[in-house]
Amino acid sequence: MKDKSKKLSGIMLDFEKPLQELYDKLDNLTAVSDEGKLEMTEEIRLMEKRIESARRDIYSKLTPIQIVQVARHMKRPTTLEHIDSIFTDFVELHGDRNFADDPALVTGIAKLDSRSVVVMGHQKGRTTKENIYRRFGMANPEGYRKALRVMRIAERYNKPIISFIDTSGAYPGIGAEERGQAEAIAKNLREMAELTVPFIAVVTGEGGSGGALGIGMGNRVLMLEFAIYSVISPEGCASILFRDAKRANEAAVAMKITAPDLLELGVVDEIIKEPIGGAHSDGKLTSHLIKAAIIKNLDPLLKLSHRELIADRYNKFRKMGVFLED
Amino acid sequence: MSIHEWFKRKQKAKEPVQTRERLDIPGNLWVKCYKCGQAIFSRDLEANLKVCPKCQYHFRLTAGERIRQLVDEGTFKEIDPKVRSRDFLEFKDSRPYAKRIEASILKSSLSDAIVTGTCQIAKQPAALGIMDFSFMGGSMGSVVGEKIARLIELACEKKLPVIILSASGGARMQEGIMSLMQMAKTSAALGKLRETGLPYVSICTDPTTGGTSASYAMLGDINIAEPNALIGFAGPRVIEQTIRQKLPPGFQRSEYLLEHGMIDVVCHRKELRLTLSRILNWFNER
Repeated sequence: MKDKSKKLSGIMLDFEKPLQELYDKLDNLTAVSDEGKLEMTEEIRLMEKRIESARRDIYSKLTPIQIVQVARHMKRPTTLEHIDSIFTDFVELHGDRNFADDPALVTGIAKLDSRSVVVMGHQKGRTTKENIYRRFGMANPEGYRKALRVMRIAERYNKPIISFIDTSGAYPGIGAEERGQAEAIAKNLREMAELTVPFIAVVTGEGGSGGALGIGMGNRVLMLEFAIYSVISPEGCASILFRDAKRANEAAVAMKITAPDLLELGVVDEIIKEPIGGAHSDGKLTSHLIKAAIIKNLDPLLKLSHRELIADRYNKFRKMGVFLED
Repeated sequence: MSIHEWFKRKQKAKEPVQTRERLDIPGNLWVKCYKCGQAIFSRDLEANLKVCPKCQYHFRLTAGERIRQLVDEGTFKEIDPKVRSRDFLEFKDSRPYAKRIEASILKSSLSDAIVTGTCQIAKQPAALGIMDFSFMGGSMGSVVGEKIARLIELACEKKLPVIILSASGGARMQEGIMSLMQMAKTSAALGKLRETGLPYVSICTDPTTGGTSASYAMLGDINIAEPNALIGFAGPRVIEQTIRQKLPPGFQRSEYLLEHGMIDVVCHRKELRLTLSRILNWFNER
C-alpha cells in the first residue's frame, strides 16, 4: 500500500490533491504499524476506506476539463494493454504495403475468447521516448491505410472488427499532408460504411476529430466513462473561437465532449463504467469491463447478414445531425 | 525582445503587403486584387469570371456566381432550400451560435453554407452542390451534411452524376461532435453512389481544409482543383506549431497537391465549365 501511494502521488492530477493528504496519513499509520509499536490494522483499514470514498466523491463530480485530464492521463491504459488483457493469440500486423508502417496506429489479428477477430487502435506511449516513437498516438496516412488493409482482411474472412480510439487527432505534419492525410481518412470513412462484417468501436481515451473517426465507424460505438470525443481539442476550439487557448475549460463545456453528453446526442451507444478513480487506477479491471461490453454488443450483430450490417451502419450515421426544416 | 527577434521583424516587414481592403471608391467600381494589389475595374473582373487579369488570382465566389458561371441558364433547380441550422448545443463563443446563423443568413441571403440542386451543364444533367465560403467560412455542420447526403441520394434515385464544389474551412465547431459525424454521413452516402455505379466529381476551391477535405472533397472519382487553392487536412499554422519548421513554398496549394498525386486536374476557372462538360460527356457515353 505504501508503494502504491508513492507511485500515485507522482502522477496525481490537480483535482486529486485532496487524496494526497489522506495518503500521507495512511503512510504514517503504516509506518507506525510496521515498526510494531502499535496495532493499527483497524485504523489502516478505515483510512483506506476514507481514501476510496474520497476518490469516489471526486470522480463523481468531475468537470468536463477535468475529464479531459483523465482521458489524457499518462497512466491511462493504452490500446496494446487493452489488447493484451482482452484478447489472446494476438499477432500484430504491420505496414500499409505502400509506404511505411505507422507505430501510432496498431493493427492485428487476435482471439476474443474462441472467436477470431481483427483488432486495431491508436497507440500512445508511456514514456517520452516511446511517445516520440508512437507520435503520441497521432497517426499518419499510412496508419489509416494499414487499418483499411486489415479491415479488408476481416471482411475477406468474415471476422468482426474491434477498434480502440485514443488519439488527439491525425498527425499534422508535412509528410502527412503530402501523402494525403485527408484522402486516407476520407477513404476509410467511405469504405467503413460498406464493411460486411460486425464492427465495434470503443473510445478509450481521447477521441480527437477525424483522426478518431478514421477508424471509428462501428455498428456500435462504445465509450469509456471518462473518455472524450470531439471535433477539435478544447484548446484548439478555444484558440479559434475564443481567441485564447487558456479558455479550454469553457470550450470543453460548450462542445459537449463527455460520454453522457454523447450518449444523449446519439453518437455513442453505450457508456462503459470505469473503476473508481478512473481507468488508470486499475487498467486490468478497465479492460475486463470493456471486454464484457464488447461481447454484449457483438452478439446481436453476429446474427445480422452482410446486407443488414451495412444497412445498420448506414442508418446509424445517416440520421446524425440536428437541423430545422419548415 | 531579443536582437534575433528584432531582425526577424524587420525581415517580415519587407514582404509584399497583402491587403484585403477594397479601394474606397463609391459604388465599388474598382476592386483591388488580394494577391498582387492590382486595381481592377469591377466589370472587367466579373467578365473575367472574377479572376485577376494580371496575376490570375481566383477570387472566392458565392454560390450564385458559381451557378451563373457553370450551369446552363435557367436549368438549376434547388432542392432542400428550407433546411436550416439549429443551435442545439446552445453554443456561445464571442456571440451565440443562434445569432451567428441569423447574421449569416441576412448577410449572404443563403440558408446555410451549401446550395444543392439539379442542373444541366452543356446540356448534360447533374446533381450539383456548391459550398459558399461567405456563410460562416463554409463550415460543415448538420445542414451541409444533410443537404449533401440528400443530394447524393437523389442522384442515386434519378441516376445522375454528382458534382460538389467545396469551399470550406472544415467542420463547424459550434455543432460539436455532430459536425464531425457529417464526415461519416456524407462519405457513407458517396459509398452508396459508387455502389450504384454513378460518377462523382469533386472540385476543391480555396479553401478546402479540415473535415471537408477529409470526407467528400477528397473522394471524387475525379478530383479537380482551382489554381492556388489551399487544400489540406491540418491548417498550415497548426502544422508549423507542431513540427516547428517552416513550411515549403507552395505547401498545401493545388499545384503542390497535383505534384504529390492528390488531384487529377488543376483547372483555371475559364476552363472549368468545358472540363466538366467533357468529363460528364465521357461518363454519359454508353
